[in-house]
Amino acid sequence: MPTTMRINGKAFQSSSAPNARLLDVLRNECDLKGTKEGCGEGECGACAVLVNGKLVNSCLIPLGQMEQAEITTVEGLPEDSALARAFVQCGATQCGICTPGMMLAATALLAEHANPTLEEIRWGLSGNLCRCTGYGRIYAAIAQAAGGSADV
Amino acid sequence: MSEWTRPRHLPEALELLAAAPGQYRVISGGTDLMVESHLAPERHPEFWLDISGLRELQGLQITEEGIRIGAATSLEVIRRHAEVVTHWPMLAASAAVTGAPPIQNRATLGGNVCNASPAADNAPVLLAYGARLEIAHHHGSRWLPYMDFHQGYRKTALQAGELLSALWIPYPPKHSRGYFRKVGTRAAQAIAKVSIAALIEEDSGGMIQGARFGMASVAATPCTLPSVSQYLLGRALRDIADAQVRQRVGQDIAPIQDIRSTTAYRLEIASRLVLEAIHGRSESKKED
Repeated sequence: MPTTMRINGKAFQSSSAPNARLLDVLRNECDLKGTKEGCGEGECGACAVLVNGKLVNSCLIPLGQMEQAEITTVEGLPEDSALARAFVQCGATQCGICTPGMMLAATALLAEHANPTLEEIRWGLSGNLCRCTGYGRIYAAIAQAAGGSADV
Repeated sequence: MSEWTRPRHLPEALELLAAAPGQYRVISGGTDLMVESHLAPERHPEFWLDISGLRELQGLQITEEGIRIGAATSLEVIRRHAEVVTHWPMLAASAAVTGAPPIQNRATLGGNVCNASPAADNAPVLLAYGARLEIAHHHGSRWLPYMDFHQGYRKTALQAGELLSALWIPYPPKHSRGYFRKVGTRAAQAIAKVSIAALIEEDSGGMIQGARFGMASVAATPCTLPSVSQYLLGRALRDIADAQVRQRVGQDIAPIQDIRSTTAYRLEIASRLVLEAIHGRSESKKED
């Protein structure tokens, strides 16, 4: 039975097996290559997306559980936003592999805490690994996007 | 292509399990199973039973003796639950150090227990609080103390056709204090080198009236420390000989060397943590 969901606001139907990973459906069927595969074990957050507003690792989600789900990938985030500008201004991206996951983790965090403390930012991003920037600039970007100080 | 069944009610799921005992792979949050099924596709089960839609397995209810937690309740819901934070702070703490938020949004308490990893993050706390399990079957439910659940490496007491439906945790005794600590390489997303929870009850004269420990990553299964508990019972803190405690920790655990740690490190750290728990030098530490 095909699975029907909404991806970045558009209806989508997949006929992949119910135990197929949401990650593979997004990349291979929807051609949404912003969602990266890092570890494939739920440890790095490169494949993070929002499912019904919650941050999840798409490598761990079976398609069979996505019936009627609302999925947001990095392509579904606005092209120009305070968050995107802050990432650029703070130099919060380097090789770029972790950036989509970081942006989605930040989106989930800011939806819950409009003005997060550094501790809350660290907690919200703790499931996302970056091997280039060392996190400081990413935290600074999120603080700046929230309207706070960039000196994190 | 494998078959995926997502029933809405518990009786329906139990009927399926009873009709084809041992055939279904039960899945909820999938944070362990999806890794396993991707890395070992030859072991792909043919029949999946998705219990994430069973309302009976969701949520927390306060009972007269404590709290009932539906087996498919996510760790995120548990760690934020006001009653859990107030009365079972060690459970809120262990849920918060299980992976990271994207894992906690999906992973369930029942799944953490049934996956039966020797390193299960929430196992020590459940052992220390004296949790018991509500196990459902088409023909009726049974109770099992959680300490009797793990029967060997990745082997549980669940029989064919059975489903873990809920975990019941009693209120801690009035004058008890808790201690929880997970030792890992980094704060988030680490698998424990050693973890421990303890619930220690003292009378007004400082005599230990009860001491329950739960540990993970120190044996083939999450385990209690029966000889340490026995040694402490009826003793005052000042009469406890650290060497005696260390010796008994050595009797109660059987750590191995693996990718995360060595036998000697685990034994030493386990002893230090047990002593720290007994002497109350710090409480419910979240992380290293």
